[in-house]
Amino acid sequence: MEKRFMDSQIKGVSTGTTILAVTFNGGVIIGSDSRASIGGYYVSSKTINKLIQVHDRIFCCIAGSLADAQAVTKAAKFQISFHSIQMESPPLVKAAASVLKELCYNNKEELQAGFITAGWDRKKGPQVYTVALGGMLLSQPFTIGGSGSTYIYGYADAKYKPDMSKEECLQFATNALALAMGRDNVSGGVAHLVVITEEGVEHIVIPGDKLPKFHDE
Amino acid sequence: MSSIGTGYDLSASTFSPDGRVFQVEYAMKAVENSSTAIGIRCKDGVVFGVEKLVLSKLYEQGSNKRIFNVDRHVGMAVAGLLADARSLSEVAREEASNFRSNYGHNIPLKHLSERVAMYVHAYTLYSAVRPFGCSFILGSYDQDDGPQLYMVDPSGISYGYWGCAIGKAKQAAKTEIEKLQVRILLEPSLRQGKILLNCLICVCYCYQQMKDMTCRELVKEVAKIIYIVHDEVKDKSFELELSWVGEVTNGKHELVPKDVREEAEKYAKDSLEEEDDSDEDNM
Repeated sequence: MEKRFMDSQIKGVSTGTTILAVTFNGGVIIGSDSRASIGGYYVSSKTINKLIQVHDRIFCCIAGSLADAQAVTKAAKFQISFHSIQMESPPLVKAAASVLKELCYNNKEELQAGFITAGWDRKKGPQVYTVALGGMLLSQPFTIGGSGSTYIYGYADAKYKPDMSKEECLQFATNALALAMGRDNVSGGVAHLVVITEEGVEHIVIPGDKLPKFHDE
Repeated sequence: MSSIGTGYDLSASTFSPDGRVFQVEYAMKAVENSSTAIGIRCKDGVVFGVEKLVLSKLYEQGSNKRIFNVDRHVGMAVAGLLADARSLSEVAREEASNFRSNYGHNIPLKHLSERVAMYVHAYTLYSAVRPFGCSFILGSYDQDDGPQLYMVDPSGISYGYWGCAIGKAKQAAKTEIEKLQVRILLEPSLRQGKILLNCLICVCYCYQQMKDMTCRELVKEVAKIIYIVHDEVKDKSFELELSWVGEVTNGKHELVPKDVREEAEKYAKDSLEEEDDSDEDNM
């Protein structure tokens, strides 16, 4: 019991997840694993969806306490939808990320959830934003998050190139997820990927046995 | 003139039998008593011009400004009760600032003008408060959306415009602004070879369409319009307040620099003299 308590405290809130978002030429791919765990000992769900759609072309992936993340994304989804109707146009990805950031920052004492917001808008095209725990908002060409991300920083830094094609980007994202899920005990299950472009949104699910295999597997 | 609303005009919460809210109409009268303000939208920006009547020689030059900065990219020119206008400019500033705080980017002008219009409208609903006695013109320039111009009146409606005028000489100013647009109508018929009036053709070749003008050219036209509508007999001296926002200022709303203003005023005065001279010749 004590060990479990200490483990969660030490790990902080980068709890059992691998999430990532990568821009490519004409769109963005957002991906995650599908494992939810308690304390690193028990897998509470093998097929959870961590990719939440907050608007037609904007998705969010969640890390940290799932309860907090779901509450925040529900509030954000409402605010973004209302904002979009008032503006009479689809929301900017930056606006959606800002809404999440305000929720995280203003409630930072109570919440323990971080997000990656990614999407496409008419003004700036494909974008990726990180909203960290305390409410920091940062725009990046690609980003990785969650406990599993620590195992793939090297891979991501080495293999990412700007302006990839959709296929190259899919390969990059799939490999990254597979590598992370292979080493992180609290990441696993299936790989969820969503490809967002101006034309639409494509959801791809890759079951565990179809993921790319590397040496030793 | 308009009808007297005896008995039905004491509070904004009362309709008259013919469906009018007289308090709101009286508020619009307050705007018509004030001196003129105009705003015109061109290809790459928006220019404001205000005829600021100087009531006393003791006033410091540049005091009682009637053009406000609402956000970096948004300007507001007002007509009517200046105190009401100042309070509304604060409301507009807060709206723009809150929007940026929540959504991370500049507020689109249509949305801002709707929000402020909603606020103005709220004051036309109750007997405990009076409607705002001012109209104002909001203008902005954005890289993606281009130049935008909106006007809000005391009833709480906002309209988008290419060019608009508020204040005592608004009809005359609107006529002048429309003249800037007439050149658009004559151009296409020219191409078809239909000649309407010989003298006007020469004019057409020289002038450009308002929508194709740049801010630098439009500033001079705006100054000219203000000088034209200014009534020398009734009102004595006035200060011309000019401001712009557009490509020329990199999207920042600011008062026109001194040299540009002097050039515009000189152009306005010279044009007026020319017209005076031509009138004399005809006689």
